[in-house]
Amino acid sequence: MSDCLQVENVTFVADGCEILRDVSLAVGEAEIHAVLGPNAAGKSTLANLIMGCGGAVPTRGRIVFRGEDISRLPVFKRARMGLTLAWQEPARFEGLSVRDYLCLGMPQRGEGEAAQALRDVLLEPSLYLDRLVDRRLSGGERKRIELAAVLAMKPRLAVLDEPDSGIDMLAMENMVSLIGSFRVRGASVLLISHRQEVAAIADRSTLICGGRVVATGSPADVASYYANTCVSCAVRRFSGTVDKEEVSRT
Amino acid sequence: MNSDYEMMVEAYSQAGGDARALQSSGIAHLVVHGNQVLGQNLVPGLLLEPRATPDGVDIALTVRAGVTLAHPVHLCFGVLPKEGEQHIAVKAVIERGARVSLLAHCVFPNAVRVVHKMDADIRLEENARYDYTEAHYHGDSGGAEVLPRARVQVGPGSAFTTVFSLLHGSVGALGLEYEAEGHDGSRIEMTSKVYGRGRDRIRIREAGLLAGRGACGLLKSRIALRDDADCEIVNELTAAGPEAKGHVDCVEIVKDRARAQAIPVVKVMDETARVTHEAAIGRVDRQQVLTLMARGLDEEQAIDLIVGGMLK
Repeated sequence: MSDCLQVENVTFVADGCEILRDVSLAVGEAEIHAVLGPNAAGKSTLANLIMGCGGAVPTRGRIVFRGEDISRLPVFKRARMGLTLAWQEPARFEGLSVRDYLCLGMPQRGEGEAAQALRDVLLEPSLYLDRLVDRRLSGGERKRIELAAVLAMKPRLAVLDEPDSGIDMLAMENMVSLIGSFRVRGASVLLISHRQEVAAIADRSTLICGGRVVATGSPADVASYYANTCVSCAVRRFSGTVDKEEVSRT
Repeated sequence: MNSDYEMMVEAYSQAGGDARALQSSGIAHLVVHGNQVLGQNLVPGLLLEPRATPDGVDIALTVRAGVTLAHPVHLCFGVLPKEGEQHIAVKAVIERGARVSLLAHCVFPNAVRVVHKMDADIRLEENARYDYTEAHYHGDSGGAEVLPRARVQVGPGSAFTTVFSLLHGSVGALGLEYEAEGHDGSRIEMTSKVYGRGRDRIRIREAGLLAGRGACGLLKSRIALRDDADCEIVNELTAAGPEAKGHVDCVEIVKDRARAQAIPVVKVMDETARVTHEAAIGRVDRQQVLTLMARGLDEEQAIDLIVGGMLK
């Protein structure tokens, strides 16, 4: 399987604080790669670096997308190459309709495709196309519309930052199935999630803790490592009984 | 048909107006260039009496009790030469139970030294409705002084809404002052949308007095500024009646060297009344820009889309 995305030995320092250290991972073509980790592990920072948000550039290392070093490219150029990001808390827009928002990322800009993208995320087009992407949408609705926008864009690689947060349990099965559909369409996914049941759909998983990669492998193996090592470490760290060097040893 | 009329209609279309409305016998309209009434059409239930004055037109407008006009009344005001003055004075009475919607387009495409004053006294009797939309179209020279003033009495159970928009071209100077007083069970909504460019100087004061029991009001402003434009906006909302409630909502986006100031003034004079306000001033929200850039828009396209949506 050839690699769609390669993150090569990336270190990222902001305001004198090392947030990522020597992180490497790869996402193959039509592969789903899950990134797990506790809060403040650096997962969202990694997502922002891959997309180039805020002009963030790796302090060391590089990011390669479909054979090209994109570490210093602006966000929109990465998007035009077929890379996109769905945020954990998507922005809201006054005066912008769902129809227009979905058509932004569409090569053909067809309403039929916008409607299909809504159906894919279990939203009825006749109820949503004319609504605005503003504060009147609930958190769950906004999240689904964000995923519909990413689907409509037909990306080569979608970075999904916690797509499961704010989604009710009844819709979780559909969400997992939807993430799987990217693979069927030939697109790759870098899936950032806290939930092992969501990450289980991945072909590969990487566990990040304290800004470092501590495990990479099958979703089951990484989830087991996460549950048995990281969670117990976090509990003991919270209770103040952890050895300060333990995290770096893992 | 004289050439001034044709040019006014053309400018009206450029301002977003539907020129067919000015030719339909079933739709009321009035076209005024400087102090000349170039065109007029009335429909049953509407009295519209324009009278030319040395520097403009006085207009008496009455909608008879119980009448609901099926189509908006189309108004077109403007000055086509580079220089001139136009003073429009409106006295409007919307009688009990009547409903009317007015769509005004004000066009000053060539203004270098033009003054446009609008003074409106509007009275809504009981259970009436008056919706007024005013859209401006200016050229790029920023040579106009636009001074719209309105004083509105909103009777019991009546609704007054107004949307003032100045989005095309550079105005020069805008000094808008609207005051409305709402009686029992009335509703007041005043919205202003302005895109300031060049050296535009924008001053807006909207004041709502919710005097009656259960009166409600919304003052909403959406301002985008670029270049060296300057804006000060004052939103005053006073809830004096029992169970009156209101909200002030102001968003100003600035770019380049533009400056913005928002002054919300909210007062409550009855323990059962409530007024809230929110204001946001600054550059375009960064996450909004990044979200659109992640869909392939460059930064300028993203900002234009966000500002366009806000002013829509």
